[in-house]
Amino acid sequence: MTHESEKLFLSALRTTLPVFFGYIPLGMAFGFLLAGAGYHWIYALVMSIFVYTGAGQFIAVALLAAGAQLMEFVTVTLLINLRHSFYGLSLLDKFSGVGKVKPYLIFALTDETYALLTTARVPEGASKARFYFYISALDHLYWIAGSVLGAVLGSMLRLNLEGLTFVLAALFVVLTIEQYYASRTRFPFIAAIGAGVISLMLFSPENILLLSIVIGTLILMVHEKVTKREHADLTDAGIYPKEEK
Amino acid sequence: MRETAYMLMVIATVALATFATRVLPFVFFSSREPPKLLSTIEKNLPPMILLLLLIYCLKDVQWFQPPYGAPEILTIVSVTALHVWKRNAMLSIFAGTGMYMFLVQFDVFSFLFG
Repeated sequence: MTHESEKLFLSALRTTLPVFFGYIPLGMAFGFLLAGAGYHWIYALVMSIFVYTGAGQFIAVALLAAGAQLMEFVTVTLLINLRHSFYGLSLLDKFSGVGKVKPYLIFALTDETYALLTTARVPEGASKARFYFYISALDHLYWIAGSVLGAVLGSMLRLNLEGLTFVLAALFVVLTIEQYYASRTRFPFIAAIGAGVISLMLFSPENILLLSIVIGTLILMVHEKVTKREHADLTDAGIYPKEEK
Repeated sequence: MRETAYMLMVIATVALATFATRVLPFVFFSSREPPKLLSTIEKNLPPMILLLLLIYCLKDVQWFQPPYGAPEILTIVSVTALHVWKRNAMLSIFAGTGMYMFLVQFDVFSFLFG
């Protein structure tokens, strides 16, 4: 590795450190679960390499244990992971021009990687594609390592890690604050609190994330329409100047 | 042997379904422009989704039973305060996580609500 790319790699390593501390115990929990259901650790490896989705893998184990049909795996996985489509929507611009790593970046787009990619700043003068690739691949690696570790160790190990996965909540707090400083509009935060509180009150835990994102997006769209109309009315009334085209 | 084949089929199915949800917007908007409304809210999605991910982390909190979500709320408030003050991501995240682990493992709030 050249000095430049080594520096970039270290920068990505620092950026992903909180995810490391979240994915190792979370991956281990998945490994425990799969081993506990009587499956060889090699399946934990294969699933974490090729599926790579937190909640989706946990639910897949539950479905396996219940002896579900393939169609059930398809519907449940699609519903659980539909939120990822919203992530892609806001990355269309960011991911254009990243070249041949694009398919991998799309494949590896988990909640946490999305959070890092939308907030982390590419170091001055560095390649965006390479920085994004390092972040995505490191997160992926942590998840694989955690799940294999969990499946191999099974219940051999009794470490008190209770509360460690809250590192991901702390990460989201910090990234939300960074987004707050970086964005000019405050409305997305109001929309999120509205949609989040409604969803916490009304929906069951496994549906909260997708439904709150759908509700929040609808709120954003309605808000956009309404403010635009207000703006247009005021422009017609001569209160706001007409936009120059 | 049948077990192995079934397992691999399940994994392939789940993998494809997951990838489909991630690639959908990129395939859909590869040849056409996204509608105007979408491109204006596109910029507002990341801040909203990050805050929703945080709220999602609170999905299992029992708000009406001791300790009434106190460890979670106190940790989030502390991380927020520390981050606004020092603006050091690593410090905020790890101090907050350590604090939360301490609060839940030693059941610190039990004396208040016990």
